[in-house]
Amino acid sequence: MSDSRIAKATVDEFEHADRATNSAAVPQVSLRALRKTFGAVTAVDGIDLDIADGEFFAMLGPSGSGKTTVLRMIAGFEQPTSGSVFLGGVDATTLPPFRRDVNTVFQDYALFPHMTVAQNVEYGLLVHRVPRAERARRVGEALDMVRLGEHGRRKPTQLSGGQRQRVALARALVNRPRVLLLDEPLGALDLKLREQMQLELKAIQREVGITFLFVTHDQDEALTLCDRLAVFNNGRIEQVGRAEEVYENPATQFVAGFVGSSNVISGAAARAIVGRDGAFAVRPEKIAVAPSGSATAPGSLTVAGVVQDVVYAGSTTRIVVAGPEGLILTATVLNAHSPDGGVVRRGDPIGLTWHESAMRSITV
Amino acid sequence: MARPVAPRDRRGALTAFFATRPKTRLVLLLGAPMLWLVVMYLGSIAVMLLSAFWSVDGFTGKVVQSYSLANFAELFTNPLYGTVALRTLLIAVGVTVIDAVIALPLALYMAKVASPRVRIILVVAVTTPLWASYLVKAYAWRVLLAPNGPIDWVSGGNSPGYGLPATVITLAYLWLPYMIIPVFAGFDRVSDSLFEASFDLGAGAWRTLRSVALPLVFPAIAAGSIFTFSLTLGDYIAVGIVGGKTQMIANVIYGQLVTANDQPLAAALSLIPLAAIVLYLLAMRRTGALENV
Repeated sequence: MSDSRIAKATVDEFEHADRATNSAAVPQVSLRALRKTFGAVTAVDGIDLDIADGEFFAMLGPSGSGKTTVLRMIAGFEQPTSGSVFLGGVDATTLPPFRRDVNTVFQDYALFPHMTVAQNVEYGLLVHRVPRAERARRVGEALDMVRLGEHGRRKPTQLSGGQRQRVALARALVNRPRVLLLDEPLGALDLKLREQMQLELKAIQREVGITFLFVTHDQDEALTLCDRLAVFNNGRIEQVGRAEEVYENPATQFVAGFVGSSNVISGAAARAIVGRDGAFAVRPEKIAVAPSGSATAPGSLTVAGVVQDVVYAGSTTRIVVAGPEGLILTATVLNAHSPDGGVVRRGDPIGLTWHESAMRSITV
Repeated sequence: MARPVAPRDRRGALTAFFATRPKTRLVLLLGAPMLWLVVMYLGSIAVMLLSAFWSVDGFTGKVVQSYSLANFAELFTNPLYGTVALRTLLIAVGVTVIDAVIALPLALYMAKVASPRVRIILVVAVTTPLWASYLVKAYAWRVLLAPNGPIDWVSGGNSPGYGLPATVITLAYLWLPYMIIPVFAGFDRVSDSLFEASFDLGAGAWRTLRSVALPLVFPAIAAGSIFTFSLTLGDYIAVGIVGGKTQMIANVIYGQLVTANDQPLAAALSLIPLAAIVLYLLAMRRTGALENV
């Protein structure tokens, strides 16, 4: 740096540019060796994670995997047993929730029942002493954004579940937080509404550009919504990556089974089919049905077996096949041509085939 | 197929009988309590109302069942009754405010902070005094407040002694559980996430208490205040034990009824606390506090 201190203007420019790139590079949320124990139970067991500015990030895992506890430690509702939480590069580990530049959409929405919708949305601005005119404008904008501009004077109890969800979103976003935390935000909604809210959430996130960090146990939701996701299991992160990365290249058996479903081939079956030791995962939709006894294409693997079950599921049919060495394989075929799921019947001999490139080596 | 009819076939007969006769069901269910409520309870109040218009023969001491407004004229012209009624009202308000101020933080702690173990201990501690006799508790305060008694020792001779302050303290003590329990239940019903949402939106503890906790438990405070307020209005024993020469409206009623043997005037006087509590309930209803109790 001392070399560049020749002309002051240049230095200023440099430092400016330097700071700009820095602020873009500083993660909005950084977790370092984060641990949380409740008595004898370790809920979070050493989490390191960086979430970049503007990301839509999902923490995915089964219940009890520690994802919600991590979210609550970022919000400030729980104190970590050890480790640190950085928000925008600043150590926030010991800050109380009301001093943290993050806002939460709660699982039960936590709307104040004694206030109107508009008063709920206004609360954060009121607490932060935003002038009245600006408050009114920002509340109106926030309600318009979630398409509830006409409902400001209603009480939360007069709204439907989806509308309450949107009020909770507006109440959090109106404060323009550094990070928006969402705790199972769509968990209480029925399927159709949930799919609609997923699209809406994604659109809103693109519009406001705020970092969204959301917790879910629903892998479809995580894959649909997020730019990147972390898969949690037993208080640890199993894998972090972009949605398609995690889906296509699951790092562990847990991820292969939890994010989508996978056929795992290991032990004697691996030696018989793949020809070497190890554990391998193949997605059911990458397995094709081949007529029994047909020739294997180069670069493909073929397994002969007997059909155990045929499950018709509307757009697809799931074919469960008993292969060699006690291996059970599931293939998913699109019902594009055969409305009755094809001619496959229980007990038929069948050949399954997939390309080697569709198979991933995983750790068990 | 010719098995004997099992006795279980007859077991549902009664249920089947009532299943199609909703009115019979209702009469059997509510008959006895309605009889009690209407005949015994409201009936006695009606008789009292009626007797307020009667008078007493000054010579024989017998009640004369002729109607006049003399008792009410006496109520409004004799300044003693107005003074005592106002004093009683102020004592009731004071007791209610003191109980609410003590109950709020304690109930908040019990419902939201304390561990389940500590919570049970506190609930037991709050309700145990209800098992002890009212008289014992009042006399305990008489001992505490006595000249050269424990409060005198501790405060260096600054015990309020017997009188109005002693009455307020004793009544506030006696009715405190009736305030704590509903407020505790009120806080218990408020989801933790509402407090967290308030903190999350940038409010500190004080703001959260004022803007979220208090409005949400206000119906519970109102419910508790109905107990503390009405129980105080009707009390004449505690004030007799620790109140020195202080008189409350119930003392005057008791005096007219027992000492002066003027049941009609006593009945007329009874309408003062009755009217006060009815007005209080109406005021509470206007605040919406009674809707979710």
